[in-house]
Amino acid sequence: MSTEKKNLLEVRNLTVHYETDEGIVEAVNNVSFDIAPGEILGVVGETGAGKTTIALSIMGLLPKPPAHVISGSIKLDGEEFLPSLPEPEGPFDFAKKGPWKAEQKKLELRFREIRGKKVSMMFQDPMTALNPVLYVGDQIAEVIKIHENISAAEAEKRAGDMLEVVGIPRERYKEYPHQFSGGMKQRVVIAIALACHPDLIIADEPTTALDVTIQAQVLQLLRNLQKEYGTAIMLITHDFGVVAEICDRCMVIYAGEKVESGNLEHIFDKNMHPYTRGMFESLPNLEEDTDRLKPIKGLMPNPMDLPSYCSFAERCDVCEEICKSRNPELIEVEPGHEVACILVTEKLAAQNNAKEVK
Amino acid sequence: MALIEIKNLKKYYTTPRGLLHAVDDVTLDIEKGKTLGVVGESGCGKSTLGKTLIRMEDSTSGSIKFNGKEITGMSQREFKPVRTQMQMIFQDPYASLDPRMSVSQLIAEPIQTYHLAKDKKELDDMVGALMDEVGLARRLVNSYPHELDGGRRQRIGIARALSLNPEFIVCDEPVSALDVSIQAQILNLLMDLQAEKNLTYMFITHDMSVVKHISDDICVMYLGQVVEKANYQELFINPMHPYAQALLSAIPVPSIHSKKERIILKGEITSPIDPKPCCRFAARCPYATDQCRETEPELKPVTGNPSHFVKCHRAEELAAAQ
Repeated sequence: MSTEKKNLLEVRNLTVHYETDEGIVEAVNNVSFDIAPGEILGVVGETGAGKTTIALSIMGLLPKPPAHVISGSIKLDGEEFLPSLPEPEGPFDFAKKGPWKAEQKKLELRFREIRGKKVSMMFQDPMTALNPVLYVGDQIAEVIKIHENISAAEAEKRAGDMLEVVGIPRERYKEYPHQFSGGMKQRVVIAIALACHPDLIIADEPTTALDVTIQAQVLQLLRNLQKEYGTAIMLITHDFGVVAEICDRCMVIYAGEKVESGNLEHIFDKNMHPYTRGMFESLPNLEEDTDRLKPIKGLMPNPMDLPSYCSFAERCDVCEEICKSRNPELIEVEPGHEVACILVTEKLAAQNNAKEVK
Repeated sequence: MALIEIKNLKKYYTTPRGLLHAVDDVTLDIEKGKTLGVVGESGCGKSTLGKTLIRMEDSTSGSIKFNGKEITGMSQREFKPVRTQMQMIFQDPYASLDPRMSVSQLIAEPIQTYHLAKDKKELDDMVGALMDEVGLARRLVNSYPHELDGGRRQRIGIARALSLNPEFIVCDEPVSALDVSIQAQILNLLMDLQAEKNLTYMFITHDMSVVKHISDDICVMYLGQVVEKANYQELFINPMHPYAQALLSAIPVPSIHSKKERIILKGEITSPIDPKPCCRFAARCPYATDQCRETEPELKPVTGNPSHFVKCHRAEELAAAQ
């Protein structure tokens, strides 16, 4: 058995919709990706691109209703975590309702076993992620008590150890979150996420609420812990700087679709999708002086009303007639580098044709 | 002559635990038509400085001169005409607009307050002109803030600030709540308006790449004090204060080729309540000596460069050693 090549997480064709009174929000459309053990994958996109929805689906934390997983598969260590049975159509669909409910219940029980133990999640805002009326130490011990069959005293000792791992003295076990500063709260959140040494951590904008000097501390801590424990991290962010800092691979999400993915070299130096390029061009440059920034014109399309063609076409600088004819498919331009742009596909096809003619 | 001259400005808040030194002894000039960038961590007093400057908060002591006129002691009646000259753009476009007012009402509000329009027709024309100026489509005139995205809401905030034809605008983190692609649109708009109307900005932010892009001069604040002030190029090439150096090195750069040395600061910002009379950065500074822990350094110009100010005992000694 080749354990080396096996992926820790495999997401295939994930499609998630939110059904609201105003219409159906197509939050995630046909997204596939893998995370290998010990790898850090950066997920980049604008507000509302569907980054957090992807994370919540992996954790089994999607609010249902209004969220509905339309299709797809999420495999963690080879085990399927999305229901196989179709959803009942309305409240009176008794034929499907019974078995569907039973499966949901089974899945939820399984999710409870793995959450915190195998996958854990760090939320964006450390100020709201912690319980204000419990000691920070007890909040770490809670995870350990649930997942491991050890005594309360033992769990407390382990929680104290975790505090030291993230650089907080053990003496502060019996303090409340409000007695900590923002950076320290985020460390406590990291300690909770790491308490049972999970295989995968989903970090949803872990440093967005922090100052740059504190952000540098937290990123360094994450990288050290990842080296020490071999934890894979899915890092959701909108900051390419953070990606360059600690990620191995990166994927760019736009309007619920994966538009480009690859290793850092592919994304930073050889990027091909106009959206990825536009994002880099709209950043103020620290090294050179620029008179004017080049923003991406317009706004992200309304996810309730996505076009039937490339969803970036309206904002794209190089958009052509053909872009408005169909949805682009994700193609591999070189090993490990995927792009979803019709123009890139066409150009590649033309090159291949030219080669054949020769 | 500088448009704004601040001398020894102090703003203290009384708290149950003691005096909170939010802004402590700040002396600054802002030239007409220029942009002063103010950077620092959260809680270092940047926003308080901005608010005190336009008298949204009354200062504890010190002097603020606007166009050569002292404004700190003015009564409300005297100050009212001055206020039209100094406006502010707020950080959070989601919280700073009244959700029950439409776009036209929001933009018209300051004009009505100061009775600048003779009749309804003139008011509508002024609102329309302002909307064109900030790039808001006229069809949005009757929509409400919740129907608009962050970038458009921020444009409303800018239109409101511009409505009284000010000379000076305090921009308090105007782009930090926006996505990068929208952030670039707003930054371009602010710079275009400045070129067109010869506006003077004080641009408060924690994002170093943004501040470098928009500013002429930058001052770095730490715990209520200005620790370094210089031209933007000078500051980025040759930061002298250890805190400014750490701040610059901590910026994550969106490129995989710049492998620069990172200075990771230990600890966090200390309490601004009743600070000890010593260098406030000493507790986190890798170069601190006993002198730093005992006496407070002065903000003084660097030898050989009178426009570069730094507040550190050891700055020149360290620069020479490098």
